[in-house]
Amino acid sequence: MKFQFQDVSQMLNMGGHGFYVWSAVVVTLMIIIGLIVRPLRQHRIILNQIAQDVAREKLRKRAVGESN
Amino acid sequence: MNWAWFYRLGSPLWFYQMTTRWLPWLSLLAFVLLSAGLIWGLGFAPQDARQGNSFRIIYLHVPASFLALAGYFLMAAAGAIGLIWRIKLSYMVMKSAAPIGAALTFLALFTGAVWGKPTWGSYWVWDARITSMLILLFLYFGVLALQYAFDNEEAGNKASAVLALVGTVNIPIIYKSVDWWFTLHQPSTIKLTSAPSMHPDMFQPLLVMILGFYCFYFVSLCLFTRVEILRRERKTAWVGELAARSSNVVEEGKQ
Repeated sequence: MKFQFQDVSQMLNMGGHGFYVWSAVVVTLMIIIGLIVRPLRQHRIILNQIAQDVAREKLRKRAVGESN
Repeated sequence: MNWAWFYRLGSPLWFYQMTTRWLPWLSLLAFVLLSAGLIWGLGFAPQDARQGNSFRIIYLHVPASFLALAGYFLMAAAGAIGLIWRIKLSYMVMKSAAPIGAALTFLALFTGAVWGKPTWGSYWVWDARITSMLILLFLYFGVLALQYAFDNEEAGNKASAVLALVGTVNIPIIYKSVDWWFTLHQPSTIKLTSAPSMHPDMFQPLLVMILGFYCFYFVSLCLFTRVEILRRERKTAWVGELAARSSNVVEEGKQ
């Protein structure tokens, strides 16, 4: 197994096919990262929302308990 | 026969706990396989005698297409299990598989287009393989859209599951399109029944990329499903406790 290119600029050029190969790589990486980051962000947001709801519910219950 | 395992498999809590434990390892595996496969395929695999370096797109195009198809099967199977056994978790998996499948189908079409330009001279041709993949993309969109088309979540689940099942007709058409019709698209390089029509030096990095894509797919599917679990089980005690533990909002509430 040996490296197929003489240097980095040759690898970027890909024998004239650089644009096609590297745009495929960039779009692939964007989609992979997007499919990981998006659910992670949603997970954090929804967990925070639920925590707020729980906290509000606790406060409400305590308020009801004190007024009785 | 003891069916307890089957029902435990359908428990959102069990799924959430299992994925909390296993996701870091699966993510690590996906990362290692994808990085290794990409460097190997882009830098070290020998170039194709006829296509030159544009052939390296195969290391992205084939895994993306594989998972676009396998993901559709998984989505339809999850929908069927939901319809038959009314297991909540399987509908959540079905819903989570739709955006991932749509993104991967788009990726297969995109990488195919930028591969087609230097090889066939055109980004797009209306040939059987490509057109049936475009239909796959619309099927994914349809399943996604139906989820949100109903006020009643249960009705949305059922409608999506039925569409997903009907759409499986398209899958064998995609597979066989290169054999049934005269097309520009080359026949499959990898077959289960015979050795790959590819030199091992080119095939090994492709295999690594396919395995890496499978691992990545399941990581993403689990992450989307976990969000869906939290959303649909938000009223349950365990989700409430989980949220309280992992957030500092509650601390302010206690003051």
